[in-house]
Amino acid sequence: MIRGKVWKYGDDVNTDVIYAGKYTYQQLKPEEMAARALEDMDPGFAKGVKPGDVIVAGKNFGCGSSREQAAACLRAAGVQAVVAESFARIYFRNAINLGLPVLQCAEAADQLKPGDEVEIDFAGGKILSGGRVFNFRPLSESVIEILEAGGLIEWTKKKLNI
Amino acid sequence: MRSLGLTFSEKVLSRKAGRTVRAGEVITVAPDYYLSHDNSSAIIGEFKKIGLKKVVAPGKIVIVLDHIVPAADEKYAQNHKVIREFVAEQGIRNFYDIQAGVCHQVFSEASFALPGRVIMGSDSHTTTYGAFGAFSAGIGRTETAILWAMDEIWLRVPETLRIELSGKFPRGVYAKDLILKIIGDNGADRANYEAVEFAGPTADDLSLASRMTLANMAAEMGAKNGYFEPDDKTLEWLRARAKGDYEIVRSDPDATYEAILEYDVTALEPQIACPHTVDNVKPVTAVAGKPFHQALIGTCTNGRLEDLEIAARIFKGKKIHPRVRTLILPASREVYLDALKRGLIEVFLEAGCVMLNPGCGPCLGAHEGILAPGEVVVGTSNRNFKGRMGGRDSEIYLASPATVAASALEGKITDPRTHL
Repeated sequence: MIRGKVWKYGDDVNTDVIYAGKYTYQQLKPEEMAARALEDMDPGFAKGVKPGDVIVAGKNFGCGSSREQAAACLRAAGVQAVVAESFARIYFRNAINLGLPVLQCAEAADQLKPGDEVEIDFAGGKILSGGRVFNFRPLSESVIEILEAGGLIEWTKKKLNI
Repeated sequence: MRSLGLTFSEKVLSRKAGRTVRAGEVITVAPDYYLSHDNSSAIIGEFKKIGLKKVVAPGKIVIVLDHIVPAADEKYAQNHKVIREFVAEQGIRNFYDIQAGVCHQVFSEASFALPGRVIMGSDSHTTTYGAFGAFSAGIGRTETAILWAMDEIWLRVPETLRIELSGKFPRGVYAKDLILKIIGDNGADRANYEAVEFAGPTADDLSLASRMTLANMAAEMGAKNGYFEPDDKTLEWLRARAKGDYEIVRSDPDATYEAILEYDVTALEPQIACPHTVDNVKPVTAVAGKPFHQALIGTCTNGRLEDLEIAARIFKGKKIHPRVRTLILPASREVYLDALKRGLIEVFLEAGCVMLNPGCGPCLGAHEGILAPGEVVVGTSNRNFKGRMGGRDSEIYLASPATVAASALEGKITDPRTHL
């Protein structure tokens, strides 16, 4: 399990603040995308985020545009998972398809504080932090398969035997 | 125990799945069409990663260049070039270059949006085609690349939120005010993962353009798709346009809904979504008097002929406030041409408006009217997220074409009922 630090945000974190529209139709490299992550909401995030860190937020995370970079930029920044009370549906799909775990857990979303150290047991459906254990419904097998393949493209290649 | 009846979405997806499916089930389907726009260049990149040479069903691919048209810089130009080359190489017939307009308007005018069809679009406002009785939902780029490669996608059959509309709209109050009111009352995630079905006598009274406004903004409540039952107006629209066959699919009378909301529009007032979330909605009177810098009338939400007609009626023979820059963005070339023939464009230009070419324009903050830090825009678009149209500290208010037009004349947010 990877240990990481919590970055905490509120409800309705939208795709424009995760990844601004002005960059959406430019083809940027992963590290360039990471450098722009959350810039309109938390300009300190891109500089401070470390591999394994976890984003914790309220309800409707990722609402708004279908832009996939809003998931890709967080993965590129090394974010291990996003934990939220709920996710907007296109964001939920995009994140899994790009290999970014999205975990629905209202209790963790409520109780975890900025800077808390967390570890995530994906198979067991547990978020561990300072002696506390938050359970989330483990991801379905097909979702785990896509995440483990590194996203939907890699998963499809395997399926097509390419 | 739930009844045997099925909702529209359950029924359409049952037909696709070849068996009866109900809300909550996950199925794999082959959609009828898949839409993409300028993001097609990114989709092409993903498609190439898979390692296949040819798309599996070129006739199902619809590409409309609309987000940054004409190209604002060399990078965007290169994106467009990649798309044009791919379209030619793959034999994709349904390609609309920069002259056509916003993808959702063009897709509807070209009549891919047919009753009972299943449409996936790599754009969040793909919900718009519910106005014609289609099942249409937004997806991401990677999924679109997989559709190009495999012609299949997994979908969760959505629960349905039914919204029953009654009453006659008062003067100066429109579909946009209604959908803002609904989103404001219920929150930006009220319909997350769900279908939203608009029904009732007032839904029947609405024009197709107004139905498109509602279905379009269902996305701002988190909806997967929107739906209006096709009627004579739908059939009339299709008579002149429909390219393929279609089948009207309706919810059963005993279908099970997640919930039913009722809205009577009789006493509805003009509404406005205030910064920085679409559900931060107030009556226009609550923020009337606030000065602003830019007005925007158009987009896939409110850039149709009826919207431009309302604005022109308010602008006719008057001048825009000298401090306000007013941008008019028809949703498509067809709309622009109709507006031109009816003399609306002359009204706009004489009032001091700037005509933009049909497309997404400034709505997503990529070009054509970016806001400086601290500036305020009042527009008819669908999102007011922080920084979306420019500087981080800029502010976006969303309202009806009438409210925006009246406000542009006054130089401050204005109740349109005083101008009609």
